[in-house]
Amino acid sequence: MDGVALRRLSALLPAPRLLREPVQLAAYESDGLTAFRERPLAVALPETQDEVVALVRLCHELRLPFVARGSGTSLSGGSLPVPGGIVIALNRLNRIVRVNAEERWALVEPGVVNTQVTAAAAPHGLHYAPDPSSQSICTIGGNVAFNSGGAHCLRHGMTSNHVLGIKAVLATGEVVTLGGRGREFAGPDWCGLFTGNEGLFGIALEVTLQLVPRAERFHTVLAGYRTLEQAGDAVAAVIGAGLLPGALEIMDALALEAASAAVHAEYPAGCEAVLIVELEGPREVVEAERRRLEPLLASSGPVAVRVARDAAERLAIWKGRKSAFSAVGRLSPDFIVQDGVVPRQRLGEALRRIRGMSREAGLRVANVFHAGDGNLHPLILFNGREPGALQRAEALAGTILRMCVEMGGSITGEHGVGVEKRGYLPEMFGPDEMDAMRRLRAAFDPLGIANPGKMLATGEAPSLRQGGLHPLERAGVISRE
Amino acid sequence: MKVEHPTTTAELAEAVRSHDRVSLEGGCTKPALIGLGGVRISTRALRGVVEYDPAEFTFTARAGTPVAEVVAMLAERGQHLPFDPMLVASGSTLGGLVASGMSGPGRLRFGGVRDFILGVRMVDGLGRVLRMGGKVVKNAAGFDVPKFMVGSHGRYGVLAEVTFKVFPRPQARRTLRLRASGMADAVRILCEAARSRLDFEALDVWPGGADVLARLAGPVEALDPMASEALARWPGQVLAEDEAEARWAGLREWEWVPSGHALARVPLTPSQAAGLASHARSFHLLGCASVAWVALGNDGERDRLEAWMHTEGVEGVLLRGAGNRRLGARRMMAVEDAVRTALDPGGRFAGEMDGDGRDGADGLHGHGRKGVKGGG
Repeated sequence: MDGVALRRLSALLPAPRLLREPVQLAAYESDGLTAFRERPLAVALPETQDEVVALVRLCHELRLPFVARGSGTSLSGGSLPVPGGIVIALNRLNRIVRVNAEERWALVEPGVVNTQVTAAAAPHGLHYAPDPSSQSICTIGGNVAFNSGGAHCLRHGMTSNHVLGIKAVLATGEVVTLGGRGREFAGPDWCGLFTGNEGLFGIALEVTLQLVPRAERFHTVLAGYRTLEQAGDAVAAVIGAGLLPGALEIMDALALEAASAAVHAEYPAGCEAVLIVELEGPREVVEAERRRLEPLLASSGPVAVRVARDAAERLAIWKGRKSAFSAVGRLSPDFIVQDGVVPRQRLGEALRRIRGMSREAGLRVANVFHAGDGNLHPLILFNGREPGALQRAEALAGTILRMCVEMGGSITGEHGVGVEKRGYLPEMFGPDEMDAMRRLRAAFDPLGIANPGKMLATGEAPSLRQGGLHPLERAGVISRE
Repeated sequence: MKVEHPTTTAELAEAVRSHDRVSLEGGCTKPALIGLGGVRISTRALRGVVEYDPAEFTFTARAGTPVAEVVAMLAERGQHLPFDPMLVASGSTLGGLVASGMSGPGRLRFGGVRDFILGVRMVDGLGRVLRMGGKVVKNAAGFDVPKFMVGSHGRYGVLAEVTFKVFPRPQARRTLRLRASGMADAVRILCEAARSRLDFEALDVWPGGADVLARLAGPVEALDPMASEALARWPGQVLAEDEAEARWAGLREWEWVPSGHALARVPLTPSQAAGLASHARSFHLLGCASVAWVALGNDGERDRLEAWMHTEGVEGVLLRGAGNRRLGARRMMAVEDAVRTALDPGGRFAGEMDGDGRDGADGLHGHGRKGVKGGG
């Protein structure tokens, strides 16, 4: 079978674009979730949409599993290879086909990097809003497949809220066009259904993204608090006042320690938590909202409040925040990033319970979270060389996810289910819902060859290995949300 | 016609299971969207808000709840559905809002129905109650079936309950009427305004002319300087508050549609608006020309519109009037049937008058012919 597949694949792509040597495959064995590794049969490097379609049709004919991959930054193991299957790496489909400033959209191929879209739109005063922390390297194809989030979701939504149209090759080989270039559509929201499919429906070949005007003014404030609860109360006060900030982020003491070590960010001394609030909009609106925000923050009992005076200071605040995860790598040889959601008002309770669980498990947990939308990112620190430590960390991560479900939240806000959380999806959804999702998957992929084993469990467990930082993360090129 | 009125989700599921073929209705404000054939099930008795916690920015309500009830409830706590639901005073229901996928003028700024729906409880074609999506503002677990239900026209299941994200309501609004010399000029103003720093909440073109209706929203002290800047760039005037509200309500409730006319919803892009203007007589352009609501007085007008839609590859929907529900170009995908079979294997949910010969029940009723007489 492998021989036949490789022979047929080499008829589709020239030898240098069909990687088969173990040393070449090694780079594709894992993604941002480094705890899992699998070696694929081969890695295909298509350069055109036609080549992708031909590859998928061949996979369909041979019942050969395939995994689409962009930059491999998934934190849920979304692009983990399938043994005996191929990886279709889409990085070479990286054309920005068109930017239409008048109608505010960009047509891009899946291998285009997230920030490149904004770079192309910037001369027109526009930008692409979704901003996952890995945005300097992650691709639009991956963003669409996993409905990536970012720090500005409360106001701006997730990837899904910015995808207008998708041309895709489905796992059946059918090429479809979903949505279009306008903001509205006639029938069911096919684009919405496809976005976040985790690669189980097929591969996006071209995506039309909505562009929005870049806000004229930002007002970014960093407030330090003696306790996490105070920071949480400040969030409640901001929300209660009817403000709609672009971002509301909290980092706890351990995350602060890591961030200051990594990017030399300076945080107010004696703080157990830092809150970042960012207002955005026309200058008159931001000015009026600033006048409402200031007394709110002042009465929330902060140790210190710092306002970014210019773009450089704003970027510095965000750099500290966005590097927090990778920075934790300096505090611990290994860590697991979790991604749960709880109702916003139960954040305080959730954090207290996580603290208790952390003590019980004897593992340190750093917390960075999108407080505005209740999206927690507990980072569980452990030493993989210690026997049983990974298992204990995984168990703790699982307990946290169960707590999120029990509180009426979700097991993932933005990283996706992937391999990592597929065991927990049936705890969030009942058997009928799981069955409906399997049926939907089968409608798009009756043979089950598109990214099998992600989101919906297949029975075979992928091999769990030791963790650590992603090589690019270690080099400081990327960071985690 | 006999109409069943289940009052609980369990009764709704039972009603679906008891019949081989069902068609669905809510507030009946978009009569052309109601499926034909089978036993009619109304969701109107399934009403009431299940959960609303202003601090969470979410609410959950039963599908038959009048949108007006929800709008009032949110307003009391200083919140709103930013996409400006349509047909609020006319009696539309939340289920109909989702199934029709119709957003109002406010969709310009933060998105439409699809961008604010978080979760659904629905009964699928197997008669099972499914809870899809979530109840928190951020969730990436599982396939996004709630979004798929937006514009699903009752074809894939019946909604029992919906969960929406809501936003704080802007403190104040200013509506400007910007003069345009014709449709091309109006489109220029729309596109310039949509890209400007002013962050307009709505940018529509009033039917029967080309003037642009532009709405600013935010803290009250911010709006006057912003309005002055807008008027310096695009000449026009600020409308008095009551006149502005009457204008928006008139658009929202379709008061401008001549009686007896059919009404079509035509999604489009700004560059297509001038083309539409030379193929349709009376229409309201919404959300920087992302949708046109087109009034159709007779078959000739419909033919002319459809011919243009075919050329442009535009797919639309008839909301009022008789005839095919689908208008213009129709994209066919094999996966469409597969997905329908996945959610409704027995074909319980009665179809539209597709005219594509794929829907048996529609053929039986012989309604698949054109004709636009009789508005709803």
